Amino acid sequence: MTSKTAEAAQHTIRRVLDDKRHMPGALLPILHAIQDQLGHVPPEAVPEIAEALNLSRAEVHGVITYYHHFRSEAPKGAVVQVCRAEACQACGSDALWAHANKQAAGQNLTLEQVYCLGLCATAPAMSIDDKPYARVGATKFDHLLAQLKEAA
Amino acid sequence: MSTIRIYVPRDSAALALGADEVAAVIALQARQRGLQIELVRNSSRGMFWLEPLVEVETQAGRMAYGPVQPDDVASLFDAGFHTGGQHALSLGLTDNIDYLRRQERLTFARMGITDPVSLADYQAHEGYAGLRRALALQPGEVVQQVLDSGLRGRGGAAFPAGIKWKTVAAAQLPQGERRAVPSRTAAPPEGDTAEGRRGEPFLQKYVVCNADEGDSGTFSDRMTMEGDPFMLIEGMTIAALATGATRGYIYVRSEYPHAIATLNEAISNATAAGFLGDSVLGSGRAFHLEVRKGAGSYVCGEETAMLESIEGKRGVVRAKPPIPALKGLFGQPTVINNVITFASVPIILARGAAFYANYGVGRSKGTLPIQLAGNIKHGGLVEKAFGVTLRELMVDYGGGTASGRPIKAVQVGGPLGAYVPEAQWDLPMDYEAWAAVGATVGHGGIVVHDDTADLARLARYAMEFCAVESCGKCTPCRIGSTRGVEVIDRITRGENRPQQVKLLRDLCDTMVNGSLCAMGGMTPFPVLSALNHYPQDFGLSNPDRKAA
Repeated sequence: MTSKTAEAAQHTIRRVLDDKRHMPGALLPILHAIQDQLGHVPPEAVPEIAEALNLSRAEVHGVITYYHHFRSEAPKGAVVQVCRAEACQACGSDALWAHANKQAAGQNLTLEQVYCLGLCATAPAMSIDDKPYARVGATKFDHLLAQLKEAA
Repeated sequence: MSTIRIYVPRDSAALALGADEVAAVIALQARQRGLQIELVRNSSRGMFWLEPLVEVETQAGRMAYGPVQPDDVASLFDAGFHTGGQHALSLGLTDNIDYLRRQERLTFARMGITDPVSLADYQAHEGYAGLRRALALQPGEVVQQVLDSGLRGRGGAAFPAGIKWKTVAAAQLPQGERRAVPSRTAAPPEGDTAEGRRGEPFLQKYVVCNADEGDSGTFSDRMTMEGDPFMLIEGMTIAALATGATRGYIYVRSEYPHAIATLNEAISNATAAGFLGDSVLGSGRAFHLEVRKGAGSYVCGEETAMLESIEGKRGVVRAKPPIPALKGLFGQPTVINNVITFASVPIILARGAAFYANYGVGRSKGTLPIQLAGNIKHGGLVEKAFGVTLRELMVDYGGGTASGRPIKAVQVGGPLGAYVPEAQWDLPMDYEAWAAVGATVGHGGIVVHDDTADLARLARYAMEFCAVESCGKCTPCRIGSTRGVEVIDRITRGENRPQQVKLLRDLCDTMVNGSLCAMGGMTPFPVLSALNHYPQDFGLSNPDRKAA
């Protein structure tokens, strides 16, 4: 992280803490706000969050690592989530996942598995940066990937 | 020239199939053709094989066209669809579509019809009639209505909602502790929770909606939050009035960004119009509602883990007792219900308990919004009174598998629900009747698999999922699930099968009886039902033959 972006991140973290530290049960809303703005929760933020909420650093670290959603490192490119739960499995999501892994190798994107996007009647489902896609086969996946590359 | 009203859904499933793109092309084409249209982004009717389903208001009623892709729009206009003209994608009057006509939509009555965030639209369709009635009743009478309706928790546990509400309504500070909240309208100062400013205990009751709909094959909560959010808000407000709660939270999973956005918009509209806030509809009674976002933990759908998560901690299950109705969020009396439970309350109040209780069978009163998912031709939302059978749902509504192959297995009730064999497909949907054969109605999600499914693999997946998602607090779940994966692997590899099958059964017995919550306690359901009904997939001719 360059010093300039580090400074901006620091500023964001302070603003989030000022804004939300007094909420009841403030930790998750704070972590979400930081990740929404910075793309991840930088490890440097942990001591500051802990101090603002009068928690130990271990407690904050414990929460960040407990939940699948929070990430400590910035994602690479777009976040592509492929659903692997039962309803999607019934429609070929295992094959889609295998295909996605092959196609995503070396690309500028973060491929993740997710357990249910609530699109179970139009499986297999996936999302790209929170935009949902349904009935995704290999062809549609490749098409979306090409669009993603074009947009970059 | 009069304005033409065209509806394009904004439900996630419609968006995932291109509804935004279709809406954009419709707006563009209308402009190019000099037609004045009003584009309404409604909720989904729940017929997902027809999405994006575009509707046009005509003299005769709303005409449906679908599934519409952006490339179809020009030809739709050419065919005069904006005045109800015929087109290859014509489906006729929406209300006459068989799939919808044969349903009993009470909770989902507005679904697909209204603009989800329009209060005017909501109220024009019976919205807030329940709350107005509740305000005219004493809190105890409201609880009695819910009790009399027979409404049970729709999240899966099926606990009578009225009894839970009654417990919270009656909850008081333990003797000797002083009550420090001055008035019922005063919200505690920000940052204060279970303890007053000077550390004095006070009673702050909460209403919490469990919207952590993590079960695969379920989406009725998502549809409600995205498609009719005021109904949930109204139900929670009624719960607050009935129990004396002044604060509420809706805990929504992070995988549902559209639901979160819609709920926030609806809460802000409801607050601005006086349906939420310091004085609900001028009654002098407060109710403040807030959305809390989950973070991708399946076990947070368990109510005590969810409370921990709202409190800002790891979503680790609490031991019960104390029950949340007495010691819940921040240690205070808390009503916790699922989205569909709260959403069923407005109509119970508006039309009376007897109206609702008139639907259903036995002790399963009312209707259940059932979700047809997985490998199914006509997947979607079917709201029916209890008593409908699986076969009716999968065949008459669902139309069989999407792949056209025979149905092999059906999982009902999410990842913790059993695989139901064909012999039980004619059993009427009823909590007790299903429990008697070891199946679960759960949240009403039905996932269909065709004959290419490998049930041993699905059983292994159930254990694997439990291992990944276990909160780690109790040993049967945390370690049992990992051992379960290993044992199933040994069975499928053919290593001393009879002994390993016995071991798997012992392990499942320990998990069922020794786990703190349903995560470990119900993971054996899909595993054992797969083993019992589909032994050939595990390489067994008879699962218990010569168990060593």
